Amino acid sequence: MDLQSYMAVPPGIGMEENFFSLDDILLSHERLPCRTESAFPRLGFLEKSSETRDIPEGTKMEMPLWLAKGLYERKRRVLSVELPKVYREGWRTVFGADPIVVDLHKMGPYYYGLGSQMLHFDSPENPEIANTILQTFIGRFRRTMDSSQNAYNEDTSALVERLDCLERSLFKAGQSGLNSFQLWEKGRSSHLTASSLVINYRKRKIADLQA
Amino acid sequence: ISFCLNEAKTEGKSELIPSIKFRHSCLLRNQRCIAAYLYDRLLRIRALRWEYGSVLPTAIRFHMCAEEMEWFNQYKKSLATYMRSLGGEEGLDITQDMKPPKSLYIQVRCLKDHGEFEIDDGTVILLKKNSQHFLPRWKCEQLIRQGVLEHVIS
Repeated sequence: MDLQSYMAVPPGIGMEENFFSLDDILLSHERLPCRTESAFPRLGFLEKSSETRDIPEGTKMEMPLWLAKGLYERKRRVLSVELPKVYREGWRTVFGADPIVVDLHKMGPYYYGLGSQMLHFDSPENPEIANTILQTFIGRFRRTMDSSQNAYNEDTSALVERLDCLERSLFKAGQSGLNSFQLWEKGRSSHLTASSLVINYRKRKIADLQA
Repeated sequence: ISFCLNEAKTEGKSELIPSIKFRHSCLLRNQRCIAAYLYDRLLRIRALRWEYGSVLPTAIRFHMCAEEMEWFNQYKKSLATYMRSLGGEEGLDITQDMKPPKSLYIQVRCLKDHGEFEIDDGTVILLKKNSQHFLPRWKCEQLIRQGVLEHVIS
């Protein structure tokens, strides 16, 4: 059985992020196209093209999610965020038609996470976006679960390739359960093993010596 | 931050407010990244107590800062206090028997030289690389986890 003494902080559920979650930090690093609705004086140095001292109103720039969330206000004085292509009408119909076929990893590795975060920006399409994300997940879940429970001791890279990060962690959990069960069936669940931390540490030390 | 915003409003420079918020968001972001990194380190250090035991090898201790070492010692103490409070008079070592035991004695092979090892009845065993021994399970568990011994099952 895989002894788990180290459990990383999991990503948040739905529209909430977990402050300490490394996955959420990486997710909120994704860039979104935005338009400034008010001027940002003295921050002109951030805009690579302009030579002005300020960022004027109406500038189109790309901001990471964390910055967009920090600046966004409901009264809409400061920032307006554009929906990335994947969450717009066109792609939504594609997902509605056949969710299983889409390569979610290419569509932004954090499809579900980023989609949930986009709901913070009060777009009029929010209910449709939320519904599409949900239906896509439901459509793909069965396939992910089945493949994770039936791929034993083989190269899973082809199966995992088209999954986004949330689905990949589900896949990993499924695999871990499957492996533990197989170990138990073989009667090896009482076989004491060296801790994985020790093994990894030793591998790294030998690599250092060889360097 | 509220102090800055108030000052901006009173001095009639309220157009600076978006820039103040911008800079504040950046500061919060840096703070979050640092905090998450340090917290993750703590989670791994905590895992070391369970995986490796209460004495950490010098190489790992070298990579820890003084505060982390202090945290580790406190965690050890809390864990020890808790373990003593379980199971009657002597307490219960919950870091033992992580996998369900099937027998009292197990066959082990030594993976590297570890010197002399004394078991409860007084006999001393010399742990030399590749030697095999039949030893009580509870004495070996920690050495197996540390990678010194290997559990052999026929």
